[in-house]
Amino acid sequence: MDTRKEKLPYGIPGHNLSEIERDIPVNEPPAWPVNKDLNLIGKRVKRIDALDKVTGKAKYTSDLKLPGMLYAKMLRSTVPHAVISSIDISKAKQLKGVHAIHLIQNEEKDGEENENGKYPMVKYVGQPIGGIAAESLAIAKDALALITVKYEEKPFVIDLGSAMLKDAPIVFKQPIKQQEDGGDVGETHDGSKGEGNVRGPSTSSFFGGPRGDLEVGFQDADVIVENTYRTQVHTHMPLETHGVVVDWRPDMMTVYASTQNTAAVRNEMASIFGLPKSKVRVICEFMGGGFGAKHSAGSFGPMAANLAKKTGRPVWLMLDRQEEHIAEGNRPNSVQFLKIGAKKDGTLTAIQQRSHGTAGVGLGAGVGRIAQILYACPNFATEQYDVLTNAGPGAAWRAPGNVQGAFGLEQAIDELAEKLDVDPLAYRDIIDKSEVRKVERERGAKLFDWSRRKAPGSGEGVIKKGLGVGQSTWPRFVTLDSSVEVKVHRGGGVEIRSSVQDIGTGTKTVLAQVVAEELGLEVEQVTVNIGDTFFPVGPGSGGSVVTGSITPPARNAAFEAKKELLKLVAKKWETDSSNLSMKNGEVFNDKDASQKMSFKEATGLMRTSQISKVESRSDDYGGFQQPWGLAYGDLGSVQFAEVSVNTDTGFVKVDRIVAAHSCGRPLNIGQLESQINGGVIQGVSYALYENRVMDNSTGHMMNANVDQYKTPFSMEIPQIDTLIVEEYNARSSTDAYGIGEPANIATAAAIANAVYNAIGVRIYEIPITPASILTALNKV
Amino acid sequence: MEDKKQDANPGSKKGFSRRSFIRGAGLSTAGSVLLTTNAFAFEYEEGYSEGKEYGPGATLIQLKVNGSVQTLSVEPRTTLASALRDHLDLTGTKVVCDRGSCSACTVYVDDKPVNSCMMSVFDVVDKEITTIEGIAQNGKLHPVQEAFIEHDASQCGYCTPGMVMSCAHLLDNNPDPSLEDVKRATRGNLCRCGTHPHVFKATLDAAKKSS
Repeated sequence: MDTRKEKLPYGIPGHNLSEIERDIPVNEPPAWPVNKDLNLIGKRVKRIDALDKVTGKAKYTSDLKLPGMLYAKMLRSTVPHAVISSIDISKAKQLKGVHAIHLIQNEEKDGEENENGKYPMVKYVGQPIGGIAAESLAIAKDALALITVKYEEKPFVIDLGSAMLKDAPIVFKQPIKQQEDGGDVGETHDGSKGEGNVRGPSTSSFFGGPRGDLEVGFQDADVIVENTYRTQVHTHMPLETHGVVVDWRPDMMTVYASTQNTAAVRNEMASIFGLPKSKVRVICEFMGGGFGAKHSAGSFGPMAANLAKKTGRPVWLMLDRQEEHIAEGNRPNSVQFLKIGAKKDGTLTAIQQRSHGTAGVGLGAGVGRIAQILYACPNFATEQYDVLTNAGPGAAWRAPGNVQGAFGLEQAIDELAEKLDVDPLAYRDIIDKSEVRKVERERGAKLFDWSRRKAPGSGEGVIKKGLGVGQSTWPRFVTLDSSVEVKVHRGGGVEIRSSVQDIGTGTKTVLAQVVAEELGLEVEQVTVNIGDTFFPVGPGSGGSVVTGSITPPARNAAFEAKKELLKLVAKKWETDSSNLSMKNGEVFNDKDASQKMSFKEATGLMRTSQISKVESRSDDYGGFQQPWGLAYGDLGSVQFAEVSVNTDTGFVKVDRIVAAHSCGRPLNIGQLESQINGGVIQGVSYALYENRVMDNSTGHMMNANVDQYKTPFSMEIPQIDTLIVEEYNARSSTDAYGIGEPANIATAAAIANAVYNAIGVRIYEIPITPASILTALNKV
Repeated sequence: MEDKKQDANPGSKKGFSRRSFIRGAGLSTAGSVLLTTNAFAFEYEEGYSEGKEYGPGATLIQLKVNGSVQTLSVEPRTTLASALRDHLDLTGTKVVCDRGSCSACTVYVDDKPVNSCMMSVFDVVDKEITTIEGIAQNGKLHPVQEAFIEHDASQCGYCTPGMVMSCAHLLDNNPDPSLEDVKRATRGNLCRCGTHPHVFKATLDAAKKSS
C-alpha cells in the first residue's frame, strides 16, 4: 500500500504531548489535531437516538409485532444430567392456538452413553429441549405445561469443589479442548489435556506464554505474598433478554435479533440452515443491553427459524427472566492462588498464578491475563484450569477473566506494599511502567484526596471508613473486518451505513460525530443506519473493539465522499479541489474568500443522485502487536474507592468511586461517562451483591429472578467521579478506542482494598457480605 | 397452580377466576416489596369488578390510555402491561422481570405510578392510564425527558421509559427534590447499564429549570 509520512499528535496533553511521524496510507485523511481544536469530537454531543428512548418510541426486538406473528416458548430441561427417554407432545399439540412444536434431536452421535438416543443428552437445568409456537405467549406457556418429558437421570455435580474430586460424576466423557483465555465458551473437541472434570492447564494468553524462571524469581525476593482469592458466578441479566423474531419467506430469512453481533448471527443462521449469507438478513435497530453473552444466534435463533419454517409465519421468541439467568451465560467463578515476590526496593521478582474456575458446561474460566501484563516482572507463570459442572454455560462478560484476575492481583499488590511499608498508591508508582496510569494516579489521587487515607483499621467508632485503589489494563483490540458506507445525497443529506450495532454504548452517535466532523456539518445533518447485515460488515460489540474498529472506516469513507464532492465544486469555481474545505455547513475556497456555497448547494452539483463510498480499515498506523488486530498501548485505569463499614452489622456501603480512565482519543464525553458509570456500578455489584445461588442437590438456580438476585438500585449507587485522560497514540485516522470493558475491571479490587483499609482485616472472597465482614471481625 | 391447569384446558367448564389471579399477583407484590428496594406497592382495590367472573375466553373492554378510549379484546389473565404492549402496541412500557421487581413497566394509574406487569387490566378499565407515550404534552416533551436527553441518562434505553416515569412523577409532585428524593423515587428502577448517576443529575437539573 502506498503511504505518506505524516505527523500526528502523540502523548497526553498536560503531561507529555508531542508529535510522532508515521507512515499512513495515502488515501486516508490528514491527521486530526487534538480534541480542543476540533468541533464535535471530544465534546458532549447528545446521543442521537435519545429522543426515541425517552419517549418509548424506540422499537427493540422484544417490541416487534409482524402481521401473522406467532409467539414461541422454549421447552427446557428440569434436571441437571439425564438421557431423555421420551417426550410426549400429544396433548400440547391439540391445544387450540398451538401451531407447531419443534424438538431438538440428535443430529450427530456425541460419542457418549447416549449414542443411540433420539435427543441430545441433558447436561444442565435449563438446557433447551424444544419449542412451541402459538397464537399468544400465554397459549405457548399453557402448551409447555402439557408436555411430558421422561428422563433417565444420571449423577451430576454442581459446585466447583465437588466437581474436582476424583470420584465426581463426569460432566463430559470425551476430551474437550480448552480455550487459552477466559471468556470463550468452549466447544467439544478431541485432544485436550485434563482429567475428570478438570481441563487444562492453559499456560498462555495472546500475550504469550510463561517468561523467566519462577524459582529464581522467588529466590531473589525479599518479601513474598501468597494467598488464595475467590470470586463468585454472576449472570449477565441484560434488561432485554436474549431473543429473536424470525420472518422466513421463500426468498429471504429476516432475523430481528437482540444481538451484539448482527454479522455473526447472520453467518451462523446461514450455516445452520444451509443458506447463502445473502439470503439471511439480521437486523438490530435497538437492543436492550448486552455484556458479552449476546454474540451468537444461540439455540433460540435456530429454534425460532425451525418454528417459522414449520408454520410459514413469523415467530417471536424472547426468553423470560428465569431462562436468561440459567441458560444464557454468566461470568465464571474462580479460585485463584497467587504468589508474588519483590525485592526490598519494591521491584517485582516473580508472579505465580494458579486458578480453577467453572463455566458450567462451557469452558473459558481463565483469569491469568491481567497478572501477566499489568506490572513488569521478569518471571511469570500461570496455570489455569477449567472445571466442568452440570450448570449453565459461562460466556464472555465485560473484560472476561480480567475482572476476576484483578480482584486477586490488586489485593496482593496492596499486601506487598504493606509488607514493604510503602503506601499502596506510591508502590504502584514504583512498579507500574504505564505513563497513562501514572497520570491517572496523580490526577485521580488529587480529586479523591488520597492523602486522607489512614492506617488500616485505625478509624474510631462503629462505622469505619476506608480508602482503596485498584488498577487495570485492557488491550486495544481491533476487528479488521470493519466497514462503513457514507452516502451523500444530491440536494442534501448524508447517510451512514454499517452492520455494526449499538448495544447502548452510543455507537450511532460517535459515527455521526466522526462523519459530521469530517464534512464540517452538524450531527443532526447525518443519518445513521446501522444494525443491518444488508449494509457493509461491521464488528461485533465485544472486547471494547467497536469504536477503534469502526470510526476510522467512517472517517475514511466520509473523506473519500468529500473529495469527490469537492471536485465538483472545484470544477464550477475553476480552481483546484485541494484549495477547498468544508466547515459550518459550507464549502469554502481557502484561496478566495468570495467563493463559498452551502453544503446543500454543493450536493446540487452532483450528476448522479448519490456519492457512495465504502471504506474499511487499514492496519493500525505503526502496525500491530498481533497480525489479527491486537494494537499497541494499554487502555489503563486507576479507580479509587471510599467505603463505610458498619462493624456491628457488617454492612458495607460504597460512598464514592473516582474512576480515572483512558481510551485513546475520547470522542463523546457524556457517553464515556455513562459507560464508566456503568462499569463502576457493575463492579460495585460484583464486589458486594451479585451471586448465583445454586441448589447443589437439584442443580436448580435458587435466585433466577430480579428480586433475589441482588443488584444495585438507586440507593446503592455511590457518588462516581469520572476522570478521562486524553491520550494520543497516532494509530488510526480517529485514534479512538472503546471503554466498555476497562471501566469494569478495577472496581471490585479497589473496594476490597478499601474494606481492608477500613477494618484492618482482608477479605479474600466476593461478594463481600455482612456475614463475611462479621466473620472476618470474629463477631460470629 | 390449579388455575393454570384449568386455563390450559379449554374444555373446562369453570372459567379462569380473575380473583385467584389477583390473589397470586398480590402475594408476589407484597413478597417482592419485602425482599427488594422496589418502589411501588400498589394498594389494590377490588372496586370495579367486584364479584364478577370473566372468561374463559376473551372479553371486550375499554381502556382509557393517554387520554383516549381504546377498545380491546383480552383474556381474563391479561395484565395491564400485556394489554398495553401486545394489544395496543404501546411498547414503550417494557417488561423486564414480570413480577413487580424492576419497575421497567411503570405507568400511571390515576396519576399513581404502578408496576403494570402486576395489575389485571380488568381492574383499571375505569381509570386513567398514562404511559411513557403519553407524558409529552401537546408535542412538548416533559422536562424530565428533555433533561434525560441533555445529560445522557440512557444507555441501552430499556429501563429508560420506567426511569422517566418515576422521575417525571417525582417532579410533578415535588418541584424541588433533593438527591435523596430522586434516589427514593427511582429506588425500584433496575438499570443494568448503570445510568443512575446521569438519571439523578438529569432529574435535579429538570427541577432547577422548571422552577
